[in-house]
Amino acid sequence: MSSNNGELSTELVISQILRWGVRVSLALILFGSLLAFVNGDYGAGWGEADLLPALRGENGGFPRSLGWLFSGLASFKGAAWIVAGLALLISTPVMRVTASVVAFAIHKDRTFLLISLSVLTLVLLSFALGGA
Amino acid sequence: MTPLEWTLIVALISVSAGLVGSLVGVGGGIVIVPALTLLMGVDIRHAIAASIVAVVATSSAAASTYVRERMSNIRLGMLLEIATAAGAICGALLANFIQPRALYALFGILLLWTGLNMARSRQDASHNLPPDALADRLKLHSSYYDRSLGRELGYRVSRLRLGFGVSYIAGMVSGLLGVGGGIMKVPVMNLAMGIPLKAATATSNFMIGITAATGAAVYFMRGDVKPFIAAPVAVGVIAGSKIGARLLGGMKLRYVKYAFVGVLAVASVQMIYRGLFQ
Repeated sequence: MSSNNGELSTELVISQILRWGVRVSLALILFGSLLAFVNGDYGAGWGEADLLPALRGENGGFPRSLGWLFSGLASFKGAAWIVAGLALLISTPVMRVTASVVAFAIHKDRTFLLISLSVLTLVLLSFALGGA
Repeated sequence: MTPLEWTLIVALISVSAGLVGSLVGVGGGIVIVPALTLLMGVDIRHAIAASIVAVVATSSAAASTYVRERMSNIRLGMLLEIATAAGAICGALLANFIQPRALYALFGILLLWTGLNMARSRQDASHNLPPDALADRLKLHSSYYDRSLGRELGYRVSRLRLGFGVSYIAGMVSGLLGVGGGIMKVPVMNLAMGIPLKAATATSNFMIGITAATGAAVYFMRGDVKPFIAAPVAVGVIAGSKIGARLLGGMKLRYVKYAFVGVLAVASVQMIYRGLFQ
């Protein structure tokens, strides 16, 4: 019966992480889009660009550095706020797996602690491989 | 077309894709990629990148409702996710070496075959299932409250090894093509493993977020996720999948299945066409 309670609370924690991860990233993306439309700034953070090609992503490379992101957020570039929201969205499932790892550890379910740790390792490995 | 109109059309396409996707346990990439490329003139790489981010969004937004309603089997999902995540990494690495045309054609045929099987199958797939000692030991058997039946529906998990293998392949396809892979997992979970369709759909959806995040991270780091494509797609898909998740709990099994078979047919034609003619 304690395992039933444990699983129920795990599900609730995961549910809340998913809900708030999506909500906050959605808010960031909407705020970024609003900034871009109000300011007419659809470029990759470099100011005015031709409208539709820029929207379709045809204007070349896009900076992916943390420096660009933080300066863009500070100067209220729409694209930077959207990118922050997208990054949070992509990391939401990682937080979900982390929550499962913690929950299985708390409830001393060693088999499923090992299983969820394996999944977390694989996901983090893929993030590292993507950055390489 | 003004930028605002363009963005609103992309968002509308994405709402439809998210709605269909969450009803049948796919991420909507099957609808989004052709719509963005054929209708909106988006580069296929950017369309796939936006699609895989949308798959993360669909899965997370819909799973937050499913999980609360305890429809998804988290233990089974987490176990199978080892195979899916490993497959996604292999797929993402193999993407540089393999000619994708052959894969498109092969999977078009596979989807068609799965769709035919699904359309023929009876509603209750839990007969003649061999006992699975590993599923017993890992306590994977579960139950969920079925709103349309008005009672708790218990089920036993069978053929775990087959599910593990299929999950690996689904993960690999996800890494290669930027789709969720639920379209491959759900029929096998339902027909071979004995999991009721709604629970299989919810569990698959639960897993897809992790699998898609794996692929999305690669595209994101490469700079293929264009903010002004991904933004309306992600927002639209979240909105559509919210509506879909609300509908799924009370919907009759038949309609979910018909919708799923329809998606299979569309996806198979699309993939075979790409494999043969493009």
